[in-house]
Amino acid sequence: MRKVRKGISAVVYRSCKAFNHDRTRILDILRKVQTSLGCISGETMEMLAEELSSHRVEIEGLVSFYSFFSEKPKGKITIRLSDDIVDRFAGVDKVAKVFSDELGIGMGQTSSDLNFSLEYTSCIGMSDQAPAALINESVVTKLTPQSARTIVRKLKQNPVTSNLVKKKGDGNNADPLINAPVKNNIRRKGDVLLADRLPAEAGLKKALKMKADAVIQEIGHSGLRGRGGAGYSTGLKWELARKAKAKERYVICNADEGEPGTFKDRVLLTERPDLIFEGMTIAAYAIGGTKGILYLRAEYAYLLPYMESSLKKRRTAGLLGKNITGKKGFAFDIRIQLGAGAYICGEESSLISSCEGLRGEPKTRPPFPVEKGFLGFPTVVNNVETFCCAARILDKGARWFSGIGTDQSTGTKLLSISGDCTRPGIYEVPYGVAVTDVLDMAGADAPAIVQVGGASGDMIGRSSFHRKISYEDLPTGGSFMTFNASRNVLSIVDYFLEFFVHESCGYCTPCRVGNVFLRERIQKIKNGLAEEADLRYLKDLSNTIMMTSRCGLGHTSPKPVLSSIAHFPIVYASLTKERTDGRQASFDIQKALEESRRIAKRQSMIYDPVYGEAAD
Amino acid sequence: MKRRAIEFKIDGITVKGSAGQTVMDVADQAGIYIPRLCDVEGLEPQGSCRVCTVKVDGRPAAACTQPAAHGIDVINNTPEILSYRRDLIKMLFQEGNHLCSICEASGRCELQAMAYRLGIMEPAKYPYLQPVRPIDASHPDILLDKNRCIRCGRCIRASQQIDRKNVFGYIGRGINKRVGVDGRNLADTDVDVNDSAVAPGTCPVGCIIMKRIGFHEPIGQRKYDNAPIGSEIEKTRSGRGKE
Amino acid sequence: MKKRIATVSLAGCFGCHMSLLDIDERILDLLKVAEFDRTPLKDLKKFTKRCDIGLIEGGCCNEENVHTLQEFRNNCDVLVAVGACAIMGGLPVMRNAIMNSEDPLRECLEEAYMNSPSVYNATNDIPNDPALPLILDKVYNCSEVVKIDYQVPGCPPSGDTLWETLTALIKGVPADLPYGLIKYD
Repeated sequence: MRKVRKGISAVVYRSCKAFNHDRTRILDILRKVQTSLGCISGETMEMLAEELSSHRVEIEGLVSFYSFFSEKPKGKITIRLSDDIVDRFAGVDKVAKVFSDELGIGMGQTSSDLNFSLEYTSCIGMSDQAPAALINESVVTKLTPQSARTIVRKLKQNPVTSNLVKKKGDGNNADPLINAPVKNNIRRKGDVLLADRLPAEAGLKKALKMKADAVIQEIGHSGLRGRGGAGYSTGLKWELARKAKAKERYVICNADEGEPGTFKDRVLLTERPDLIFEGMTIAAYAIGGTKGILYLRAEYAYLLPYMESSLKKRRTAGLLGKNITGKKGFAFDIRIQLGAGAYICGEESSLISSCEGLRGEPKTRPPFPVEKGFLGFPTVVNNVETFCCAARILDKGARWFSGIGTDQSTGTKLLSISGDCTRPGIYEVPYGVAVTDVLDMAGADAPAIVQVGGASGDMIGRSSFHRKISYEDLPTGGSFMTFNASRNVLSIVDYFLEFFVHESCGYCTPCRVGNVFLRERIQKIKNGLAEEADLRYLKDLSNTIMMTSRCGLGHTSPKPVLSSIAHFPIVYASLTKERTDGRQASFDIQKALEESRRIAKRQSMIYDPVYGEAAD
Repeated sequence: MKRRAIEFKIDGITVKGSAGQTVMDVADQAGIYIPRLCDVEGLEPQGSCRVCTVKVDGRPAAACTQPAAHGIDVINNTPEILSYRRDLIKMLFQEGNHLCSICEASGRCELQAMAYRLGIMEPAKYPYLQPVRPIDASHPDILLDKNRCIRCGRCIRASQQIDRKNVFGYIGRGINKRVGVDGRNLADTDVDVNDSAVAPGTCPVGCIIMKRIGFHEPIGQRKYDNAPIGSEIEKTRSGRGKE
Repeated sequence: MKKRIATVSLAGCFGCHMSLLDIDERILDLLKVAEFDRTPLKDLKKFTKRCDIGLIEGGCCNEENVHTLQEFRNNCDVLVAVGACAIMGGLPVMRNAIMNSEDPLRECLEEAYMNSPSVYNATNDIPNDPALPLILDKVYNCSEVVKIDYQVPGCPPSGDTLWETLTALIKGVPADLPYGLIKYD
């Protein structure tokens, strides 16, 4: 026993020391401990608390917040099946069954020899190659029952996940530092982001010849808006951060791409790491920032060594560090912060909390991150794609950029298209493209339901396919899922609500509790037990959640409910009916008596017709 | 340093405060009660229960964290906002296991008092979640009945901000977010019966209970038996006359 | 025309009915405008006519409760859940807290009739006479089983609260209770 304790203590000490006992790096420390010990037990938490002058409850708060940490022992190999709606329609349940049978454990369980854990996880950003899974940090895609069986057998023989890659993916996925079977599936290249042979560091070089104010002006004139979904003006954001009085300023890149059905940042991270870092460096120059963080979602940990090496090359090339490209006095460097499994960290203030080593909960606003962000310093948080656009704007000019797209939505947008189509993948399209044109490009199979913008986006039907992808009409952070008429609208809505219930941080009442109630009622409708009044209930509850929630998650989580009711009224009408007997259809007396009959070994005098005369 | 004086309206009534105050601070001073559960005098506001939702220039905001500003227009008492507040109170009731008739906090419970004030008595709107939550009776003097916890975090903040300890802290996520203790159980922590984290009035409900002193106030003489929650703030207003 | 009122106690303690008697001499005023049909107050166990108002005390813990509640719904125009048990299950609903156990109902019965420290049960049997209604898998509140029109909170609601509610219902308007009469305990 004492020996075990000593072993844990050594791991704890080593992990803390690796990050200089820096309390803000606790996510990295916990990741190290989790990997070494397979869990972060109460005892380990106590040791960590002591080592970091923290408190056990604080450590427990983190371990219990992030999905990739566990208090209970996990297997040496953890298989996490992506539980996205697209994965579901692609048959992830059959794959799960094979994993479960072959490993002899159920979902959410760990084998008794502690070799394997099996679980579902939220969308891992591989919807164009579903069903997919994470095996520790490695990705496997296009799973079938057969391939699942092979994977388990291989892992049982040799528990090394890198051996699983039979065929490497295209582009940089084949780079030895990535070594993943992941496909980029770039189907359409636009001029801004995916064009071939983009000139290296052209934007940065031009920016550094300009005054910082002029850089911000250029971004402002381009009309660039945040690509993550909220669409805030990038120029304005940078300007506010620059104006805020402070000793230090931070630039954070949001690569926590968690919106179900989005995977375009994964492709940019793979194919355009330098463009991202270039954009971040330009931002740093513009706002007077000295430090940068790229927050990489844990699901993309397989890209970490490659990203780290890109940063290293940039330092060597004088593109990071002191006197960047010889510009005296301009110093900037970037570190990568790995997430730990929490969708909410895609919300900018939660992301900052997470970077600080806190539970990934949104911060109280105002003050906004541009005034008080990371560790209280003015901070610009932008999406991966936004930084890439910024770098391109500085190279080609604001007018070039604003010449693409629409008035209020300039430039191009990367769409991650998945679902029932023959050409799922990445499409760089100018803003203002009609849904119907996108569907044609992707080879959509009899599209009947299109979800634009992921779980927090809009669900539209055929009558809205003329609508345009843009901030002023149908905004999206990149997710675009198409479904044919064989798909059940209510299954999709139910999935989104399940997702929100799982991913709500729980900070505020309406989002924590309200989403549970939304899902309960959607299931009632799905099961054909609802009445018209249930639709009014859903609208009313949705309104309360949207009006009183503290952050964007609760402001948008009822959207799948409201937009599906608005666009698919017939589906809802067919599932609801008026009941005149005054009874609740959701109450099932037979089910309520089942257990009792078994224990009493007799039938019901009232509800079993053979016995009772009152049966009706 | 003297703070800049500001003036704005709450439900059409002009109120005066100074920069740096929250909407809630100014309303309290003016004798206008904005219902709240997670916010309490003496602790940093966190804006989590959302009961104090008001509209500021037409946009919803939590009064307890919203900075007051000159010239803003705050709407507090309208049928729309009252209906949000009722919904939130019902959510908190239905999220936990609240059996008022056997709860020692009944009559001084702020959740219950808020429901009374808002006149909640219509048929159960939301389903009861009936969670299974353990009771922590490990401590010789203090009992935690987590069935009644509403995640307001007042005990957490009192422990951190007043007692300079960390007896309580949030753990879990989403609907499983809850208040944990800094140890295997409460007896395992450095809690003291004199801590403000466990003092009467810190826990708004009956989750933190002192053993052996339950039900000591007779019905009819309990805090909210006769006057609604918030009347102590509204009293100061009636003394000032109309503004 | 006098309003017809029916009342029943399901999984409750009859406290709400006791409280109804706390309207004291006002019962004479009540009987001027209303008459009772099926109610334990008159020991009348069947409906004789359709009723205007049904007052339900208690939630549903067994099949008989469900059946009775359904009969009330069938025979009453307005159904009122009276008291904590009818509204949210009340004390009986505490058994739902063991719903996560492997065999919750058996565990509940064994605790009640065999294992609890205060139980003396020489034969160690769980009562199982065929005349006993089957117990439900969990306790349901009234609005989970049938549609409920109004609720009167309290454990029990006071005589005054019931009086105000009943007079309002008889007039056909929703009760507007003053602060002191809305009580959950």
